[in-house]
Amino acid sequence: MVRLLTHNLLACHARNCTSNNFPLELRDVSVALREADYSEDFLRGFIPRLEWPALVQAAKQLGEDSLPEEPLDPATATEEQLKALHHVLLEVHIEEGSMVCPGCQHVYPISNGIPNMLLAEHELARS
Amino acid sequence: MSRPELQAPPEIYYGDSVAKKYTTNTRVQRIQAEMTNRALELLALPPDGAPSLLLDIGCGSGLSGEILDELGHIWVGMDVAPSMLEIALEREVEGDLFLHDIGQGFGFRPGTFDGAISISVIQWLLNAETSSPLSAPPARLSRFFRTLHALLRNPSRAVLQFYPSSDDQIALVTSAARKAGFGGGVVVDFPNSKKARKVFLCLMVGEQSMPKGKDGVEGEIADEEAADARFEKRRQRLKERKGKKRNIKDRDWIIKKKEKYRTKGKEGVPRDSKYTGRKRKAAF
Ligand SMILES: C[S@@+](CC[C@H](N)C(=O)[O-])C[C@H]1O[C@@H](n2cnc3c(N)ncnc32)[C@H](O)[C@@H]1O
Repeated sequence: MVRLLTHNLLACHARNCTSNNFPLELRDVSVALREADYSEDFLRGFIPRLEWPALVQAAKQLGEDSLPEEPLDPATATEEQLKALHHVLLEVHIEEGSMVCPGCQHVYPISNGIPNMLLAEHELARS
Repeated sequence: MSRPELQAPPEIYYGDSVAKKYTTNTRVQRIQAEMTNRALELLALPPDGAPSLLLDIGCGSGLSGEILDELGHIWVGMDVAPSMLEIALEREVEGDLFLHDIGQGFGFRPGTFDGAISISVIQWLLNAETSSPLSAPPARLSRFFRTLHALLRNPSRAVLQFYPSSDDQIALVTSAARKAGFGGGVVVDFPNSKKARKVFLCLMVGEQSMPKGKDGVEGEIADEEAADARFEKRRQRLKERKGKKRNIKDRDWIIKKKEKYRTKGKEGVPRDSKYTGRKRKAAF
């Protein structure tokens, strides 16, 4: 149940992986669709926190091509645009597959909707 | 019996049978619900009621997350015990679930979450599980707080209810949080009651004033029956809501949705089969 909203927030945090660690690349993924409650306020407030190009790219990869290339403007986005964004962010769930760091190539496998984010001891950041 | 965190690592302690017992125990359900509600109160989200994006740290089987669902919040939960997560899946909580050890730190982009809660979890961070210095409690605490501070927006809060075994542990945890940049500190509810005493680490990003603890007398859970009744009522509402939900994401809903995609000419829509819309079992 990795929603695209969550995917858009995730960056690799393995040791020394501080650049080129976003977005995690989706591989061999299968998705499920589940209806979610729509909140216009949430969406308008959340748009500025999104990395738009990464979202559009991930959505396309999953066959969702309803988002414009240019980021929506929270103040002027229409209801139709917000509904499309709602669907992409919150109703498309990645169930199987993996997320791969573009930099260090760490593979985070997703099984039954649950991504395994555990790092090996040698991948832990020094604190 | 000694404290759970002294008996085994969390992913072992919360194995299938303990996870099940924990989740189905109505007393546990009620107490976790109460503490989650109190944590939300301390979190002081904007009063406009719009959904927030929250993190449920050590979400377990979803007892705390269910309350977030009920309030319409959007959340991501993490836990290191597969058996607990499996039950959360079965209970169909709405949040995204991650298998993750919070002592390894979080990997979220900075400034993205509106708040975080953690109910009965971080005492587990105070025990060494391996001899490696990278996995010693100070390193784990520091990584945890540093990455938590980074993922929160400014201003916002993280409220972490936990069971310290001593005042030294409170001091240790608080100082690790301060070093990571957090303001705030500990709020103790019912400090004079052995049974009702609850410790909440109330952490702030940005300038904010500190909330106060409830004091002993009035709330002393004396009113267990009333609390139970409130709890039952909420459970009922939640059940109803879930029932409604399930209807729309059942097999018919999925088939209808796929039909819509096909007529729109979308490629790669999975074919319908006897597996369509079937509930999945978790396996790790
Ligand atoms: C008492 S349960 C609370 C679960 C849930 N918050 C609730 O209120 O019901 C404690 C949970 O903390 C989890 N936990 C302990 N140490 C952890 C760690 N290092 N990382 C992630 N989860 C951890 C355990 O697996 C367990 O599910």
